[in-house]
This record gives sequence, C-alpha cells and structure tokens, in this order.
Amino acid sequence: MASLLGRFCRKLVVPGSAHGSRMTSTTACGSETVKSLNLYSAINQALHIALETDPRSYVFGEDVGFGGVFRCTTGLAERFGKNRVFNTPLCEQGIVGFGIGLAAMGNRAVVEIQFADYIYPAFDQIVNEAAKFRYRSGNQFNCGGLTIRAPYGAVGHGGHYHSQSPEAFFCHVPGIKVVIPRSPREAKGLLLSSIRDPNPVVFFEPKWLYRQAVEEVPEHDYMIPLSQAEVIREGSDITLVGWGAQLTVMEQACLDAEKEGISCELIDLKTLLPWDKETVEASVKKTGRLLISHEAPITGGFGAEISATILERCFLKLEAPVSRVCGLDTPFPLVFEPFYMPTKNKASSSSSLSSPSKNTHFLIHGFSRLL
Amino acid sequence: YLPHWNWNCLTTDSQSEKSAVWIMALSRLSSRSNIISRPLSAAFRRSISTDTTPITIETSLPFTAHLCDPPSRSVESSTQELLSFFRTMALMRRMEIAADSLYKAKLIRGFCHLYDGQEAVAIGMEAAITKKDAIITAYRDHCIFLGRGGSLYEVFAELMGRQDGCSRGKGGSMHFYKKDSSFYGGHGIVGAQVPLGCGIAFAQKYSKEEAVTFAMYGDGAANQGQLFEALNISALWDLPSILVCENNHYGMGTAEWRAAKSPSYYKRGDYVPGLKVDGMDAFAVKQACKFAKEHALKNGPIILEMDTYRYHGHSMSDPGSTYRTRDEISGVRQERDPIERIKKLVLSHDLATEKELKDMEKEIRKEVDDAIAKAKDCPMPEPSELFTNVYVKGFGTESFGADRKEVKAALP
Repeated sequence: MASLLGRFCRKLVVPGSAHGSRMTSTTACGSETVKSLNLYSAINQALHIALETDPRSYVFGEDVGFGGVFRCTTGLAERFGKNRVFNTPLCEQGIVGFGIGLAAMGNRAVVEIQFADYIYPAFDQIVNEAAKFRYRSGNQFNCGGLTIRAPYGAVGHGGHYHSQSPEAFFCHVPGIKVVIPRSPREAKGLLLSSIRDPNPVVFFEPKWLYRQAVEEVPEHDYMIPLSQAEVIREGSDITLVGWGAQLTVMEQACLDAEKEGISCELIDLKTLLPWDKETVEASVKKTGRLLISHEAPITGGFGAEISATILERCFLKLEAPVSRVCGLDTPFPLVFEPFYMPTKNKASSSSSLSSPSKNTHFLIHGFSRLL
Repeated sequence: YLPHWNWNCLTTDSQSEKSAVWIMALSRLSSRSNIISRPLSAAFRRSISTDTTPITIETSLPFTAHLCDPPSRSVESSTQELLSFFRTMALMRRMEIAADSLYKAKLIRGFCHLYDGQEAVAIGMEAAITKKDAIITAYRDHCIFLGRGGSLYEVFAELMGRQDGCSRGKGGSMHFYKKDSSFYGGHGIVGAQVPLGCGIAFAQKYSKEEAVTFAMYGDGAANQGQLFEALNISALWDLPSILVCENNHYGMGTAEWRAAKSPSYYKRGDYVPGLKVDGMDAFAVKQACKFAKEHALKNGPIILEMDTYRYHGHSMSDPGSTYRTRDEISGVRQERDPIERIKKLVLSHDLATEKELKDMEKEIRKEVDDAIAKAKDCPMPEPSELFTNVYVKGFGTESFGADRKEVKAALP
C-alpha cells in the first residue's frame, strides 16, 4: 500500500525540482527554450541530436527501426535513413560484438539492448572485448565510440526477466563507464555525454520513468558531465545516496523524515563507474551518516562498494554504521514485487533515518516505524 | 467406405439410442449422411465416441526434407484421436481467449504470450510421443503445458499468481513446468532453453531411456548463437534431441525475412537433417514428430520447422497489427485455422454433427469458466514464499523486515 503510494508520487515529484518553478539548464542562459518531456522523449531527442551532429554515428538494436518497444528511437530511421538506424536480429552477443567492431573503426555505435535482463549473452563482449581493447592494444585501438543503452529496473509487474538491475556486474569492470540518469533532463544530457565520451559506456535507463517522469527539458544540445555526482537536496543530518528511479522513492523518504525534524542530504550519483567519491565523502563528513539505496539485491550490490569506500575515507567522522536499503537476495519476484522493493518505508524505518537525535544509544537499538 | 460401429462402446443402453444410431448407419449407406439423423441426434446428447476405428488422413502438404527422406503423407489415426484433437484444441483456444480477457481485466499481470493459432503443434506433438519424452519450450507455453497433462485450474492459478498454480504462483505465464510429464518449461530468455534441451537429451541417452527431447524455439530465437552451439554438440555426440522451430514468421514485430538471411530454418542445421512441416495441420505435426523420434533415437539430432501462425500479437502488450495487416491475420484464420481443419475432418467422417461440436464447445467454455472461478478463489502465496527455493532448504538466505535492525530471520 505504502509502496504503491510511493510509486504514485513518482509521477508528480521529480527530484531536484521545486514545485511550480521552472527548471533551467545548467549550462544555458534563461532564454533557452524548454519543453515538457517524458523520459523516452528526452532520450529520443538526445539520439536525434547525436546522429545529427556526428555523421558517423549509428543506432541499432532489436526493433529500433519502428521506434523501439519504448519508443526511444522514434523518427530516427525516417530522418537519418536505414543505413544509420537499423534493426538487428535477435542476438545480443552478436549485436554488441558488432558494435565494438564498428566503434573500433572510429564510429559512434549506439547499441540498444531491449531489456537489461537480456544483456548477459553480451556480457563477455562487454567485459572481455570492449573494456580491455584500449588497454591490451597499448592504445592503438579503442572502442570508445560504443554506447550500450538498456532499460533497467522494476516496472511494477515485470517479473524475473523484465525488471532486473544489473549495474553491479558492470561496475566491477575497469575500462567501461556505467551511467544511470534519474530524470528526463538528466537523461538527455548524460546520454549525449556518454555517446561523446571517448570510453565505452553502458547507459541504463529506468524503464519505470519512461512515461511517468515528466520534466522541462531544454531543446538545445547540452551535456552533463560524467563522474560528477549532484547534491539534489541539501541537508545536515544524514546523507542518502542513490541513482535512477530509486531517487524518487528516497525523496519521499526525505520528505517524511523532514516531518520528524531530520534534515536529509540527497545525492544522485549519476555515474556509477567511475563514481564521484569526493562529493559523497564531503557530504558524509558534514552529516556523519550514510544511507544507500538501490533496487538490485543487497549482497554484492553497488551499495557495498560505496559503503566500503566511505568507511575507509570517513571512518572517524561516521556516527552510525552505513545503512543499505536495497532489494532482497532473491530473484526478482513476480507477485512479491511490493515486498522485494526498497520502499520509502523501509528507508524511513532503517535505524539511521528513524532516530530523531544523534544519540548513539538510539542508533544501536533503533525503533521500528509502523508501515 | 463404411465405418465399423462397435456396439459395445455405446455409453447408454437405451433402445431408442441404438435404433437412432442404426438409422444413422443406414443413412450413411445412402450417402445422404445427416439429413435423416439430424432431428434424432438433436434429441439426445452423445458423449465423445470411444471408437478406435482406424482412419487414414492425408496431410495438407507434402513434407520438405533436408538430408533425409521425408515421411509419407498418409497419417494413421483413429476416430477417437480425431475427436480428441478437436476437443483439446478447442479447449486450448478457449483457454487462451479467456487468458486474454483476464489480462485485460488486470487479473493477470506481467507478460502473457498467447498461443492461439499454433495449437496444432502442441496437440500433434503430444499425439506422437509419450510422457517420458521431454519437451522444453520458450515462454509461449500455456497450451503445451495443457497438452502435457496440466489442468486448467493449475494454468489459471499460475497465471493469476495464486499458490495452487503449477509453479506455486512464483513463475507466472512464462514459467510453467510439469515434472511428472517431463515438461521442462517455460523460459523467458530467448534461445536459452535449447542448450538445456540438448542437455536433457544427453541425460536420456545416458540412462538409455529410449526417450527423446523436443527443444522448441521460435523464428526469432533461431538467430541466437547458443542454438548452433547446442546443435553442434548434439550432432557430435548423437544426442536424441529434436529441435523444433515454431516458425510463426514474426519475431515479436520483426518479420522473418528481415531477421534471417536464410528463413529456411529446417536447413539451418547444415549437417543435421531437417524437415519442414505445415504447422497448422495437426496430423502433419504428428507424423513429423513420430518420424523425428524414430530418427533421433537412431541417428541423432534433427530439426523440425513448423510453419505456423499466431493470431494474437507477440504478447498482450502487442496489438499484433502494427507489423502485419489485419487481412493477413484473417486470411490465415480462414484458410489455415487448425481447429477448422479438424472440424471439417470430423464432419466429413461423420463422427459428430455440427450441433454436437457446438455443444462440445459450450461444454468447454463452461469448463474454462469454472476453472477460472475456482482459480480466482485460490489465495495468493504466503509472503514467506518470497524467500523459499532460492537455494536448497537449509542453506538459507538472511533477510530483513522494514527495519533492518529489528526483524532478522534465517529463512528457508
């Protein structure tokens, strides 16, 4: 019930934007035109711009020709032709390998994997070929022009194979970058940065937000820098770190906590590999507490990496153990999805967030909140 | 050709029924089949004939073979089998249509891939094999599960995620399994089930079971690399695996000619023999599967390409009309519908009248509705089921309640 409420609220609140105020681009002056777009439209715009500005860029994958199953590639084939925007047969390993080869010849290959759950046949190509190409050839060759886009994350009823969050697997591979946007405006800027970045990038798009998230997106060509986390909500009592769709859930938890008088600082990591350690470290040194939240199962999730690093850097400043509110250690379930998901109530109830004072006694024992 | 009437198999002893049947037999002699008997047959309800009179039926098309001799077009069957084909296919069709309505009513969530139009493949295959032969397929598995002996109740309970479903409500539409009938499911990732099927075939050969495995996949999956890996291994080790390509000509929204350089999937095996079969003709499917089983047990793998068609879109999220015309769909429905074909055969062999078949369909509709009503009453699985069967019991995972520090349990 509460989790449903949390999901419902996604439609209304986009993290970082105050109600009713105009979002302005970080790089443009106030006179730039903005348009209200949802996530797939923003990504579509980014792809249009990418193909327009670089004549040697290509978009391909399963069913992208007619617009894709999530409509992210609408209009591309009509505008740029079937030589640059084309469908591939159903073979992820082949698609990514093909993309690596294309990128190795100096082109920008924007590969779509239809669902992140299907990316595993291509895992060998990404890990063993794409990530290590520059390294093993002594910088003679590289496949930096490769960008792999995949919708990831829960969608409410996706079940085992349409809801997975595999970002942790890819964060373990030096040589590639992993980028996850939280909203339409971010997605457009980050996707353009990823495509133009001279390293292979795996770009996960939160499929839940394709239609649900609506934001004012500038119409011009702009890029948001990679490996820079953003503090989207200032606070002083606790730092919350997340990415993608989970941030809307965490924002709700922040609002709830504020009613209890706890001031939360919310950070969007944006790029998971290489991640912005400095921003998170500075924030935790200020607040003394950290809570990380992600949909992927907790054991071995990327939250573990963040936790370990922050512990190393901020040990003496920490007032409580690092808290992780994540998916459970089970395959992504079908009917049990509401139980599996890290909802705002799980976040609110975690001991770091639920204690009203900085008294360590409270922190150790905590108290549970009624759902 | 006069059918033999086995008086012993009549289910009632009433004189009037016997005389009515006698009149029908006489009427057949004059080849004015149903005119006299119609008013009489309307007066009583006859259950399905248990007559096992052999019939020979010609398949609609000859088989096309690759590296082997095609089987004959004349299929051995019986009146009982013919009627049971009709009944089971009508049941499958009704079940899929009902699943469509349930999905639209949001009682079924997730993804739902419907099999209507392709029933002949499921039914023909079952008729040719035993429950010791294994079948493994992709996610369009409702009808194959039913053919393997699953019950309607288990189907609908699983679709709606209830605990009496065949996978205890944890699998959903794409993950139906039935261990006692050697049905290995129900797989979401395209093409991943084929190497599994070859592994099952290896186990069957190893334990000298004289059984085969049918690894089914679609025309979209035919382009997956792992298929060829599995094929190579099966051919190398002479495994009794039969790869069945259910070619419904569309891989989700992509037509086969746009995805495959060679849409002759039965030839894709190169050094492995193949057979192309009219997948809308249940008897052709039966003949091909029988032939394939004999072949696989002696000579190793063989590929069967079933030329079939699905009326619905790829899944319930796909209207099915953006990449093909409605005329095409209705054209296939008129020309090649598998149930219509069987119905014509039943009527031409005088095994039942139009009205009896309609009554049978009404019965089926009721059966399906009853199963749905019963499944709706079935409870959802317990929340603790979320954690069961991740590992074997005893090597449990830890998990936590809303407050991670407070509720901590080692779960099964």
